[in-house]
Amino acid sequence: MRAKLSLGPALFNWGAAYIRDFYFRIAEEAPVDTVYLGEVVCVKRLASPQSPDLEVVAQRLEAAGKEVILSTPALVMGEPELEVVREAAAGARLVEANDVSCVGLLAGRPHAIGPFVNVYNEGTLAFLTGLGAVRVALPAELSAAALAALARTAEVELEVQVFGRLPLAVSSRCFHARARGLRKDNCRFVCAEDAEGFVVESLDGESLFVVNGTQTLSYTFANLLGGLTSLQASGIKRFRLWPHAVDMAAVVTVFREVLDGRLEEGAGVARLRELVGGVPFADGFFHGKEGRRFLACDTGGRPAP
Amino acid sequence: MNAGRLELVCPAGTPAASRAAIDAGADAIYLGFRDATNARNFPGLNFSRAELADALSYAHARGRKVYVAVNTFPRAGEPGPWHRAVDDAAALGADAVILADLGLLDYTARHHPKLRRHLSVQASASNAESILFYYRAFAIKRVILPRVLTVADIAALNRQIPVETEVFVFGGMCTMAEGRCVLSSYLTGRSPNKDGICSPPEFVRYVEEGGRLAARLGGVTIDEFGRDEAAGYPTLCKGRFVAGGRAGYLFEEPVSLNATSLLPDLKAAGVRALKIEGRQRGRAYVREVVAAFRRAVDACEGARRAQAKRLDPVAEGQRGTRGAYRKGWR
Repeated sequence: MRAKLSLGPALFNWGAAYIRDFYFRIAEEAPVDTVYLGEVVCVKRLASPQSPDLEVVAQRLEAAGKEVILSTPALVMGEPELEVVREAAAGARLVEANDVSCVGLLAGRPHAIGPFVNVYNEGTLAFLTGLGAVRVALPAELSAAALAALARTAEVELEVQVFGRLPLAVSSRCFHARARGLRKDNCRFVCAEDAEGFVVESLDGESLFVVNGTQTLSYTFANLLGGLTSLQASGIKRFRLWPHAVDMAAVVTVFREVLDGRLEEGAGVARLRELVGGVPFADGFFHGKEGRRFLACDTGGRPAP
Repeated sequence: MNAGRLELVCPAGTPAASRAAIDAGADAIYLGFRDATNARNFPGLNFSRAELADALSYAHARGRKVYVAVNTFPRAGEPGPWHRAVDDAAALGADAVILADLGLLDYTARHHPKLRRHLSVQASASNAESILFYYRAFAIKRVILPRVLTVADIAALNRQIPVETEVFVFGGMCTMAEGRCVLSSYLTGRSPNKDGICSPPEFVRYVEEGGRLAARLGGVTIDEFGRDEAAGYPTLCKGRFVAGGRAGYLFEEPVSLNATSLLPDLKAAGVRALKIEGRQRGRAYVREVVAAFRRAVDACEGARRAQAKRLDPVAEGQRGTRGAYRKGWR
């Protein structure tokens, strides 16, 4: 089976106009098989006047032959988030659960499990499969060994994050608001001012994280171009790229061409480096090391010993 | 679910701490085995099987309970240590196991249906829908609530669920949703979910530089202190970072939860049990904090409001906060 590419849900508060242009371009130009749509980070954003009409975007993507899956919030605090899940579940499209509460609402019908549900082992994978999961996107911190062990027993399609800033944490507190001296309840949607969140440096001046509202991401961009061969050998045939405010159609194309053997891995890495403007890459989690390290160049893409 | 007398659940990182907690008035203690199966996998802590057996006889002889935390996420391909931890807790007569992983809950419900199951805070079940799911799927009897809810949220929750709630009232507090944070493994390769440890001590270095003491984690300066400042532990989310050219406690200050003054409100909200964090702390700390909370709970049951200040000197950062229990925290 030909390996497939997914574009994960947009994590940043991009606003209606940007979202529309971004996805219309994806529909036209990106060789991606599946696109996840939906607000994962903060449901308050849905009440913003800038909130996009995702139905229009979804129909455009479907008309272009893409599969559309609806993603749901990563941290469910109560009714506002559950309302979003129920609304998504009422439609005909496949829904991605990112919290156990959504698993409960979707159980008994086909659904997808997102990377914010902790699927660390085959026991959990089997349990969720029994409830109707048909696809499971795995958490960011799993190593190649863990991914391979999961793939050995999986009866559903597994998806691994191979590109983009890695979601590292989510909180009930909004750090975007806090950094501006505001609170979540009175946030003035300040997260919409930063298309890629804001950068958090250490006291030594090293860029470490990116804050996106209640979410903390890696500063580095995950890049598992070097792991695609071994992942496919272990039986994983679907790869997720996180959308960023870069030329995503070009990023997707690099992955597609490397998978199809039309672009050499080293050339692909160089091309990606240009596309992300020189921000460092990371693949440490895949190699079972510190997540921020990039070991592909040291090991030729094989998992570190 | 509403319930009678508040139960005081106390940390036992070592056999000595377990006896100190019980002698100081704990209604129950919680502990883990000496490996990656529990979320306080620090060097020199935790229990062997024989030590658990001793702790159980000491506690049961005094009418107290012992809960065994098996609350990390089993490693893919190696479920053995986690299954054995649950099997042994059941065989030795633990009063409950504290679990977070769906697969391990499923294993426990199928193999040890009579063993009481508590849902760990690491499962991050912060809403009724989620708790009802765990209740229906695994018949959990109690949920330890994430430290992200206000007292009003907890009261509303208790009206919707048929399981007991346990809440943290003292000690370290996660800034991020528990079980959903890999900041530690991003810098050190070791995380609460996989390894049962956050900001692990073997990655911590204190380095003197130009009259200031830098606290580093995985080679990154997480905080620094002047000569007159008390040097804190570089817990990642409570460090100082720079954003927009300004240095500060971007995520949370190095404070410790102290909900002593809220006990009557928590009781009125229908909470069943109060949990003190701190299995990594020593016997003297445990004795002092448990004794203070024993007095506070007794005062609360006698309808008196307790004083919160007393415990600040032993709190992380020597400062207490009511954390997310007050709405403005978010």
